[in-house]
Amino acid sequence: MITKRIIPCLDVKDGRVVKGVNFLGLADVSSPVKLAQFYSENGADELVFYDITASAEGRALFTDILCEVAKTIFIPLTVGGGINTVADFDRVLKCGADKVSVNSGAIRNPDLIYEAARRYGSQCVVLSVDAKRVDGQFRVFAKGGREDTGMDAIEWIKRGVASGAGEIVLNSIDTDGVKKGFDLEMLEAVCKVVDVPVIASGGAGCKQDFVTLFQTLPSVDAGLAASIFHFGEVSICDLKKTLQENGIETRMLQSKEGF
Amino acid sequence: MIAIVDYGVGNLFSLESSFRFIGEDVTVTSDPDVIRRADRVILPGVGAFEDAARKLRQSGLDRVVIEQANSGKPLLGICLGMQMLFEKSYEYGEHEGLGLIKGTIQPIRDVIPADYKVPHIGWNALFFGKEKSPLFRYLNEGDYVYFVHSFYGADCADSVIATTEYGATLTAAVASKNVYGTQFHPEKSGEVGLSILRAFCEM
Repeated sequence: MITKRIIPCLDVKDGRVVKGVNFLGLADVSSPVKLAQFYSENGADELVFYDITASAEGRALFTDILCEVAKTIFIPLTVGGGINTVADFDRVLKCGADKVSVNSGAIRNPDLIYEAARRYGSQCVVLSVDAKRVDGQFRVFAKGGREDTGMDAIEWIKRGVASGAGEIVLNSIDTDGVKKGFDLEMLEAVCKVVDVPVIASGGAGCKQDFVTLFQTLPSVDAGLAASIFHFGEVSICDLKKTLQENGIETRMLQSKEGF
Repeated sequence: MIAIVDYGVGNLFSLESSFRFIGEDVTVTSDPDVIRRADRVILPGVGAFEDAARKLRQSGLDRVVIEQANSGKPLLGICLGMQMLFEKSYEYGEHEGLGLIKGTIQPIRDVIPADYKVPHIGWNALFFGKEKSPLFRYLNEGDYVYFVHSFYGADCADSVIATTEYGATLTAAVASKNVYGTQFHPEKSGEVGLSILRAFCEM
């Protein structure tokens, strides 16, 4: 059976991981290469790198670092942030990314999804959506959740999948940072309308939140989180053991787990 | 030296890096002479079968790959590269493959329950059947590897060396003498994947 995926997300600015990281025994905690290695060795099923750099220099640095990561880490890598054109896809794919996530760039130019899917295949195009409840509707927000686009999130996601998006990352702004669990209501609404993998993001505070997510919504394929992994509140190895004990299949690292 | 056949399909960065990481001398090449000089040959591939098969044929490298396989040199097809080793693919029409593995490529959709998603994306477990292929000498049954595909190898019972379960039993890897193929991506399957590449390099 295919396993549920656990995905840590790293925000990278000017070549360093931001948001702070707090690991025991890891000296240079802001090095994307070292963190990627740490997560890979500890059971992450995939890694997401978001480039939150604003400058061209920062962007060049980001692609250099991506190359470094892809030379030593052999699990799927997804890259997002600053993806506005097919040329941006090309830039990060050449550095070893496997999937590219689009958000504001696709809102500005919805054809980007279609063009990229036609060129690189749907499996390569991830549509990332920041959504929030407004007037009884799930509304799409742009620019890192700062700008209400007025678009209905469910309609936008349906349109994205029809254009060729092969995977959806749904980040609920309502639950993000609250640490009281994923936004099950919003996720269910999305799972009902798409047949591509859905990745839940925003709200994980403890291991039980992932158990609840996958037990309540078996059609969700993966859980993504940042700070709870970075600050060591939840270790991926432990999380996977807990999921396994609750009947949710995950990829266990057999050599490390000793069975 | 390992030659990764470059016929203009897909991104070979990770594949090349993975061999380099395990200490192998590797070259990405479209030069027939380099492929002939290599000790082992890798046939990669992503995207659509028809497009990839056409590019391989236009480059003339299809004949080189067949000639090298027939000479007894270890050959490994990965993902779409594995599918191209088969006789025929029924991915949107009917297309000729290289015919190095007996069998056809068929849609997963035809054999799995309706509530299973296509493509089959993610980590899934390998099962080896009665005998373990030398390609998996460092693996345990049930080890996980990374899949991304919508079509699978069918009618190839004699060549199957690993399967995976996704609402149906799907071909995960095939072998016929010196010709090997994996539907999954060893270069994206962590330590388990690297150990498969290592085993291939020891053949």
